[in-house]
Amino acid sequence: MQDPTLGYTRTAIALHWIIFVTVLCGWALGQYMTGLPFSPQKLRYVSWHKWIGVSTFIFTVLRLAWRAYRPAPQLPSTMSPLQRRAAIAIHVLLYVLVIVVPISGWVFSSALGVPTVYLGLLQLPDLLHKDKAIAEALRQVHATLNWALLVLVCGHAAFALKHHFVDRDGILARMIPILQPRIR
Amino acid sequence: MIRLLLALLSSATLYPHAVFAQAIDYARSQITVLSRQMNVPVEAPFKKFTAQVTFDANKPEASSARVEIELNSFDIGDAETNDNVKDKNWFDTKTYPIARFASSAIRSLGGGRFEVRGPLMLKGKTMDVAAPFSVKASGADRIFEGAFPIRRLQFNVGDGVWRDTSVVADEVQIKFSLYQVASKPAAAK
Repeated sequence: MQDPTLGYTRTAIALHWIIFVTVLCGWALGQYMTGLPFSPQKLRYVSWHKWIGVSTFIFTVLRLAWRAYRPAPQLPSTMSPLQRRAAIAIHVLLYVLVIVVPISGWVFSSALGVPTVYLGLLQLPDLLHKDKAIAEALRQVHATLNWALLVLVCGHAAFALKHHFVDRDGILARMIPILQPRIR
Repeated sequence: MIRLLLALLSSATLYPHAVFAQAIDYARSQITVLSRQMNVPVEAPFKKFTAQVTFDANKPEASSARVEIELNSFDIGDAETNDNVKDKNWFDTKTYPIARFASSAIRSLGGGRFEVRGPLMLKGKTMDVAAPFSVKASGADRIFEGAFPIRRLQFNVGDGVWRDTSVVADEVQIKFSLYQVASKPAAAK
């Protein structure tokens, strides 16, 4: 068993990267498919996009449950109180968005009158009735939240790289075990 | 004049109990299409149609129904999809603006349920369909409610790239609920 103050468990690392991949694929596919003309391929991509979103949600719930069971390691003591607060804020917001973005897509789809059927097998209940005006509003909410998510993910990655190359405090290697921690 | 008399006579023999069909209240009636795309059910209405129903539960065999649907009025709730559905691959509404159903036989299925059979003409193809339906009373008014499946590819609806049934399934349900107001002359919408 790993010392919780030193690093993340393998499960936590796996869930982090699985969620990264689902968010990346879901984001890129969502961006690509909305520009496509009406076609079978577009409908297929929309279904896949929704499956990816539901998967992101499920993996995030698992990850939060795991995090409650095995708390995350502490931030390095070299960080100033302001840096700590900023890091915590970004992490909290990232968790909020990976939960809220899929939900916003789900209710958007409900308002369009198109249910979400996970993997083509499990139909989720529609939280809203079909309503054009609400659907349009939710489309914008879903898109805006996704841009916010992109900004946060980029910020999160940029700060992780700063910790690795500038601060050399070894915390990037906690999430990428094959990386040699660059510690002065 | 003779033609008119003949027409009146023939309608009198066709509908001995009610020469005029009773009026359908279109605000309380609907005809919808339930399709499945990658197992996602999507239901959408035809906003414009006309229906004439002459129905006697005691004499279903003497009853009849005719329905005409304006295919242009299909509304899936999204402008781009609506435009595409009017296109050649789907309804091709420029060439085939109307879908028609006329009953050839109505029979009782027992337990207050009935079945109407007849040819459905859609996009230049005619196929016999059979729809079970129920009749509910609402005061003196009546509601005819039923559904039947069609295979869209038999009518070439969703042609070309859309023939791929792994995205949009071949089987499509047509659902109807016709609200008939008691004893008023028929009036088209």
